[in-house]
Amino acid sequence: MRHKKAGRQFGRDTSSRRAMLRNLAANLITHERIETTDAKAKELRRVAERLISKAKRLGKVAYTPQGELSAGDKAKRLHAERLVAAFIPRFGVDSSGDKVDIVDKVMTNLTKRFESRPGGYTRIIKLGPRRGDGAPLAMIEFVDAPAVVDKVRAAPPAEPAAEAAPAAEASAAEAPAAETAPAADAPAEEQK
Amino acid sequence: MAVPKRKTTPNKRNMRRANHDKVTPVQLVPCDHCSAPTLPHRACSSCGHYKGRKVVSQKVDAASES
Repeated sequence: MRHKKAGRQFGRDTSSRRAMLRNLAANLITHERIETTDAKAKELRRVAERLISKAKRLGKVAYTPQGELSAGDKAKRLHAERLVAAFIPRFGVDSSGDKVDIVDKVMTNLTKRFESRPGGYTRIIKLGPRRGDGAPLAMIEFVDAPAVVDKVRAAPPAEPAAEAAPAAEASAAEAPAAETAPAADAPAEEQK
Repeated sequence: MAVPKRKTTPNKRNMRRANHDKVTPVQLVPCDHCSAPTLPHRACSSCGHYKGRKVVSQKVDAASES
């Protein structure tokens, strides 16, 4: 019986499960918000919050610049950093294509953001069943993550110009041009 | 071995199934933001809001956005 044995197994062996959680944690930290299944989000919450708590135990030492630390504090910080780095990969790539030092983000950025918060750094919101296999999906994010914004699709070219009448009114000069060169018109509208 | 002597009548069968074998319909609640029917405790599938905030990013036409 699995009485009092906490945690989900996900039908994987230990190394596969560890690798999965490591990747999920790395992606959560780089992107601030990720979509996954309910069960994985709930398991990731344990893992990710423990990483932050490990870094937070240092207090101010975690995010003070290296130059201002005493030798003893530097050693403490190095130790905590190694504890964190033992679980997550060092580097990730965010959605704008920039390289992110994940370990450094946990140590300096997240510890400062969550300084006055006694745990509970993440939020899980259920999104409903996934098309395809019906798996219940959820979104997990840091509680102070930037707000969700809609993706703006480029204005449809040519024919829907009549539908988009309000937008065309603002640029009456562009309207005749839309019929002759619809492709050139579309990016121009998008920029406004 | 004990064996049924008579075939169960449709009535008896239905009476048996009417109580603990019944299927409850999916319970839906209106979304606070767009009033579309939504699964409870889930982000709205049509507007992506949950508890008064945007949760799911959606694709929006540039024209309708402005």
